[in-house]
Amino acid sequence: MTDMASLMEDRAAAKVISDNLRKPVDWDSPKITRNIKKRYAAERRFKSYGLVAICLALLALCTLALSIGSKGYSAFYQTYVQLEVTFDPAVIDPERTGDPDVIGRANFDGLIKQALRDRFPDVTSRSDKRDLYGIVSGGASYDLRERVLENPSLIGQTRTIWLISGDDFDMLNKGYIDPTVDEGDRRLNDKEVAWYNELVAAGAVEKQFHTRFFTSGDSREPELAGIWGAAVGSFYTLLVTLALSFPIGVLAAVYLEEFAPKNRFTQIVEVNINNLAAVPSIVFGLLGLEVYLNVMHLPRSAPVVGGLTLALMTLPTIIIASRAAIKAVPPSIRQAALGLGASPVQTVTHHVLPLAMPGILTGTIIGMAQALGETAPLLMIGMVAFIVDIPGGALDPATVLPVQIYLWADSPERAFVEKTSAAIMVLLAFLVLMNGLAVYLRKKFERKW
Amino acid sequence: MKKTLAVAALMSVAFAGAAEARDQIRIVGSSTVFPFATAVAEEFGKTTSFKTPVIESTGSGGGLKLFCAGVGEQHPDITNASRRIKKSEVETCAKNGISEVTEVKVGYDGIVLSNSNAAPQLDLTKEQIFLALAKTVPSKDGQSLIDNPYSTWAEIDPSLPDVKIEVLGPPPTSGTRDAFTELVLEEACDEFPAIAALKDTNKDQHKAVCAGVREDGAYVEAGENDNLIVQKLEANHDALGIFGFSFLDQNGDKLQGSLIGGVAPTFEAISAGDYPVSRSLFFYVKNAHVGTIPGIKEYLAEFTADKAWGEEGYLADRGLIPMDAAEREAVRNAAMNLSPLSM
Repeated sequence: MTDMASLMEDRAAAKVISDNLRKPVDWDSPKITRNIKKRYAAERRFKSYGLVAICLALLALCTLALSIGSKGYSAFYQTYVQLEVTFDPAVIDPERTGDPDVIGRANFDGLIKQALRDRFPDVTSRSDKRDLYGIVSGGASYDLRERVLENPSLIGQTRTIWLISGDDFDMLNKGYIDPTVDEGDRRLNDKEVAWYNELVAAGAVEKQFHTRFFTSGDSREPELAGIWGAAVGSFYTLLVTLALSFPIGVLAAVYLEEFAPKNRFTQIVEVNINNLAAVPSIVFGLLGLEVYLNVMHLPRSAPVVGGLTLALMTLPTIIIASRAAIKAVPPSIRQAALGLGASPVQTVTHHVLPLAMPGILTGTIIGMAQALGETAPLLMIGMVAFIVDIPGGALDPATVLPVQIYLWADSPERAFVEKTSAAIMVLLAFLVLMNGLAVYLRKKFERKW
Repeated sequence: MKKTLAVAALMSVAFAGAAEARDQIRIVGSSTVFPFATAVAEEFGKTTSFKTPVIESTGSGGGLKLFCAGVGEQHPDITNASRRIKKSEVETCAKNGISEVTEVKVGYDGIVLSNSNAAPQLDLTKEQIFLALAKTVPSKDGQSLIDNPYSTWAEIDPSLPDVKIEVLGPPPTSGTRDAFTELVLEEACDEFPAIAALKDTNKDQHKAVCAGVREDGAYVEAGENDNLIVQKLEANHDALGIFGFSFLDQNGDKLQGSLIGGVAPTFEAISAGDYPVSRSLFFYVKNAHVGTIPGIKEYLAEFTADKAWGEEGYLADRGLIPMDAAEREAVRNAAMNLSPLSM
């Protein structure tokens, strides 16, 4: 309202000025000074609104990053326990065959249990022993087996080895379990806390970088679970998505922009493409279920089906971005090419497309980033699943990063809370990388006219 | 030319390991059984030469729908369920050529009503829970049905604390909600004469009154994620949450389970059948797939071994409440002989 009023005042002032052209304007008159002050104030207000908006957005981003970071950073470290393990030949290879098959089948779990019993010799009752074995993760025996298979000369020796600890001990060591609350209210009883304290006092507890988190597939044991399986699944899914949606999207955009006659049919196509971009992704999931699984009988949970489904979802994004990029190429370029005798196809492939490429690539990468974060359509085609094995191809069952986050967030074990946040960090890192790539490509190929 | 080659190479990487006969067990079904089935599957994959089964969490109803769609390798071999298979589902199965299904009861799961242990522990009856959560309740004089007027627990019963009724629980799509409705609300509602009388006069209304949960903000649908409810209970000491026993088991240092009918939700009470809000968990095996898909029998053996589902097995560590030894033995025998279910 004040803006309107000041505008009117301006107009009135202008009229006065034109009426009194001969009189010089008195720029220092109180009326004009007031007016100018008001305009400056309005300008400053407008700027501060924008600043507040940006600050709010930054604050939200910081809160998100902080809450995820503070919960998740500890997942990159894992507690290890140092034990003296005797590689008893009677257990590993009683007949001294040296055969890897025999060694591979040996009871390494038993070796670890023996080592724990030796470390705490006064533990005798059966239930106490069960608790004691919980110090070391059930996955440690596989590490031990690897070690012996790699270096058979270990058999017969006694070595001090760092073994991966169980999730409850890991949580205690990271401070997520409070040992001062009532015994009945926590996951670890007083004896287990006492063993932990004894090990800490002996310097036999250590946090190490958790490489397994980046190299292994899913597991129900939080300390053994990793995101590599989901990352590979995401890679194959996006590969299929890209291989389909990029060529189809670009060709559609080129046809619609450069060759299509302007008639009713192309208008309908255009409207529909714009509408498709706004369709909820779950609808594409239902379509994928019906077409790819029920009609074409492609395997369930396979990245190829996920990729096909997500390609449908990203197509409109790519087409719209590509059309905008192609439209932005100045007509003078086309006219010059045509004038020098290039055919329409040559014009497009030699001049228009290369010049539009930065915009097309940006759109494609943003579409891909969207596809990377998608779970809803994958629910319908069976990719929300517990899959331990790392997929070897686009036809193997697989899951993707956001689905892995969802599955971990829903697991009761407390140690999965930090894994969830860590997986979110990994997903965000990939998204930032992809968006960074988009910015880089745009900067590299950008042309100014 | 180089680009074409690169694309071709990428595509061949993607499609390596082409389609061959399925050599991996596929399991679908309940999200309640999911944490147990996945633990068994992982152990099975590690200790045998078979591939680790793929397990999808689709919900009990969704799982049975997929399971009953037909015989053949594109259909799942096993489905988990947090309730028994319905007669209509058996019929759908039979119609699609699945005549023999083996039922395996896994154990029990308790549903707990729990709050932060910084607040006093509640001792509730099913009727009190109904009065707190139902959309329509009998009026004080018991004559008519009115919209739920209670806003604090003390209004329902003076012995209860004078705090706002605020319960976080699963949405209607969840199996936990189904079971809670069935085991608490529908059982309690007939204790009120005004509602019980409806049974004879207006069956539809009776059903709606018994299963209707209030929508005025006292019951908050917190999504399928039970960890989220746990976090909210920690922050809000007045609120109660509804979720599976395994989440209480994992968070005993922060939460306490309310007594229902005077019984606390403990491992022993649920296993003995004393705790009133518990249900049986099942899985179903397609007999026609045994022998075609490798490893199904061995998976059954792994699941029904005492080291898995016994009192000290690894499933008990994850919060499954085991059956007693005699029942386990009976179920194991039936499972290993693939005795088909008959209803």
